[in-house]
Amino acid sequence: MHIDLRTVSIQPLRQTFDHLARRFGDKPSSRYQEGSYDIQPVENLHYRPTWDPDQVLYDASITKIVMNDWYALKDPRQFYYSTYTLARARQQENTEANFSFVETRGLADMLPDDLRRRALDLLVPLRHAAWGANLNNTFICSYGYGTVFTQPCMYHAMDNLGTAQYLSRIGLLLGGTEALEDGKAAWMDGDAWQGLRRYTEDCLVVRDPFELFVAQNVALDGLLYPLVYERIVDDQFAANGGSVVAMLSQFMSDWFDETRKWVDAVMKVAAAESEQNREQLQVWTSAWRDRAAAALLPVIEQVFAGQADEVMGEQLAAFKARLDKTGVVV
Amino acid sequence: MDMKTANKKMSAKDKYRLLTRDLSWEPSYRTEEEIFPYLAYEGLKIHDWNKWEDPFRLTMDAYWKYQAEKERKFYAIIDAHAQNNGHLNITDARYLSALKIFLQAISPGEYAAHKGFARAGREFRGVGTQVACQMQAIDEIRHAQTQIHALSNYNKFYNGFHAFADQRDRIWYTSVARSFFDDAMSAGPFEFMIAIGFSFEYVLTNLLFVPFMSGAAYNGDMATVTFGFSAQSDEARHMTLGLECIKFMLEQDPDNLPIVQGWIDKWFWRGFRVLGLVSTMMDYMLPKRVMSWREAWEIYGAENGGALFKDLARYGIRPPKGWDDAEAGIDHMSHQFMLGLYQWSFGTSFHAWIPSDEDLQWLSAKYPTTFDKYYRPRWEHIKKLEAAGTPFKNYGLAKLCQCCQLPTVFTEPADPTLICHREVEYKGDKYHFCSDHCMSIFDNEPEKYIQAWLPMPALFQEPTNGDLGAWMDWVSLKDGQDNGDFADSQDRRNFEMWRGMATSNQ
Amino acid sequence: MSTVFIALQTNEETRPIIEAIEMDNPEAVVNREPAMVKINAPGRLVIRRETIEEQLGRSFDMQELNINLITLSGNVVEDEDSLTLTWGN
Repeated sequence: MHIDLRTVSIQPLRQTFDHLARRFGDKPSSRYQEGSYDIQPVENLHYRPTWDPDQVLYDASITKIVMNDWYALKDPRQFYYSTYTLARARQQENTEANFSFVETRGLADMLPDDLRRRALDLLVPLRHAAWGANLNNTFICSYGYGTVFTQPCMYHAMDNLGTAQYLSRIGLLLGGTEALEDGKAAWMDGDAWQGLRRYTEDCLVVRDPFELFVAQNVALDGLLYPLVYERIVDDQFAANGGSVVAMLSQFMSDWFDETRKWVDAVMKVAAAESEQNREQLQVWTSAWRDRAAAALLPVIEQVFAGQADEVMGEQLAAFKARLDKTGVVV
Repeated sequence: MDMKTANKKMSAKDKYRLLTRDLSWEPSYRTEEEIFPYLAYEGLKIHDWNKWEDPFRLTMDAYWKYQAEKERKFYAIIDAHAQNNGHLNITDARYLSALKIFLQAISPGEYAAHKGFARAGREFRGVGTQVACQMQAIDEIRHAQTQIHALSNYNKFYNGFHAFADQRDRIWYTSVARSFFDDAMSAGPFEFMIAIGFSFEYVLTNLLFVPFMSGAAYNGDMATVTFGFSAQSDEARHMTLGLECIKFMLEQDPDNLPIVQGWIDKWFWRGFRVLGLVSTMMDYMLPKRVMSWREAWEIYGAENGGALFKDLARYGIRPPKGWDDAEAGIDHMSHQFMLGLYQWSFGTSFHAWIPSDEDLQWLSAKYPTTFDKYYRPRWEHIKKLEAAGTPFKNYGLAKLCQCCQLPTVFTEPADPTLICHREVEYKGDKYHFCSDHCMSIFDNEPEKYIQAWLPMPALFQEPTNGDLGAWMDWVSLKDGQDNGDFADSQDRRNFEMWRGMATSNQ
Repeated sequence: MSTVFIALQTNEETRPIIEAIEMDNPEAVVNREPAMVKINAPGRLVIRRETIEEQLGRSFDMQELNINLITLSGNVVEDEDSLTLTWGN
């Protein structure tokens, strides 16, 4: 039996779930709201973790940041799984088209040797840094509080993995498996990379999720992405016959543009919550920024040589201007 | 060097190794113990994380591509379902009870699995393991969200769905599922993998999703079929992760065997008890039934689990200790549980009902050795009370098992006329259990299980202090709408009225 | 011999895959259930890319299986040419 149910006009009994009506009023909710707000357990938790009996399973007090309502940290992109995945699927299709364009036309072979070497030296070790970022964002999702804060961190972690894989493919395309071996050797022992590797390993032992958010997503990536992908790949390399590299790393530039809006929104709301939060964020941001700048300086010296200090200075000024807008003065 | 040809020749396995496995490094500025602090305390011995085998070698680009395709399909169907009043296509409104339990108890479990796998994806060593766990973490939040989205439209027209977020943490029967996931998450990373990755995903998840979703298809619920099968397609990856993980632990060191076996014993039983809810959904709550709980158990429990444990015998693994008692309970559990739900239906945010004559006949046919002998007489008695205007209600509180948190309604494995009840005294307090297996789980870790939040005693504490009305407010249960017998429910009246509007010109 | 199985959603995309499985696994038993096709086989089941491509008339990536897969049972070995399910007893 088929019934034409479209013809029936019936009044709904209610517009949304109780917890969403309490937050937003009794009106139809967005899928972002339904999939994000209050879906983490809050009370009557059964057992303390055997791995750390001082914590509870969902514990807002692991971090020094204090929020009256963690669900205030809304993601301006309103990413839930579906919107996130569809956005990345479009980007990967684009990236795939770029790789295929470069591969089928043999464009990588036309890259000047000097530029190819510099691109490999710069980009390939960064796949390890991206893997560190993946673990750190997985950590923030794991131990952070409130789904609107933690779910974008899981998406961010998967993006970090995607970036590490794209960087690996760039290495393979421009220099074969040898390039990956050389990149790893540089990451492990090369002088230019030890500051960054130390920074990454130090992040891996930070167990305050919000401090880790600042160290990884605000300070390190806030300097690394504009320096590497804007100033070096998009400007320097492209101006010297290396547009191919810019094409292959377009995902990373687009990604940084998109995700910084979320990172800034988190900082802004957390800082506006209390003077105590603001001061804590300022302390963390300044400290990790100084370390990140010191770690990245030898990395960009590979490209800018004597001008590296000047470039870093400009980038730090831009970083300060960006953070100012969030109310975190560094 | 011609890189193009070099790339083409690379096998999927080599490529995955370079793109994923090769990303990590041996730290030298920090120690392994500082970075992975939870790996040692459970006593598992792992000598070489590189021995981990990845069965599905998904890189992120492929993950995004295929998952996006699933998402497009899913939301297209959900949108159409909402726009066309698809809820009126279900067989009848009794079916909704199953969905309500699902949203209140199972979807929060998906969220817990999301968090748990994120933690495992960070705390484990070895990129292969980490990435597999992380992908499962992001899949699990997908499942929580697709379930909420699929059931959101039902909430607009029917009672019992509206307070799922409050009831997750407060109402008594959701504590069964939540205590299960809290138990797993409060364990170490290895036990978590055996609990959720292996016991739940591999041994039990098919029992939850496959027959239940087929049931949804039989009952005209396209929204649920779609989220169910769409989630289940990720589950195939998760099950394989669980199986690889247990093989990995067993291959790494012979000393791991007794630890792993102990966890399998524990988590099989914990999972089996949670599935008590599903047995009732299958046998009683689907107006049009696809198979009985017994039949589902034969295919997905006995046969599939049997094959699995035969396969694992080469490592010295034997079937879980509770397997035989589980088997002995299969023909009883759904009836015992539905009888319980009926008498406590004043306190549930879904409806229960007395099975119709036709239902009773079906149950007799599906459970020839038990139903007529033990359970039909009880339903007949309840029916008489109902007809006499004195419906059977039990306003006494259910005694809950300290471990699985189910009411102690189950019978002795060897005697279906005797309620199984065990008691332990620990540090001067008495604790109650539904079975030997739940009691032995407690005995192994009493300091953990004495912490359990028991929803029944909570009724007598702040803020409700034993007042049933105050308790209903506290659990956001609307008396007379969300609870009670289906026969005189608003859900039934509305569904029949709306369906009438759709099928006639009145 | 224990039974391995794979279950796929019933739709236009899986029809050629199911045909390919039947061709490569003469001992397999195909059960058509509501919205789902479940294929059982004694001990071993192999799904080959080439056979699917012949049925489809286009190239096929084994990972496309993920889209319509419902569940499976058995030890999984997957590479770019095939996916094999086995129980070793």
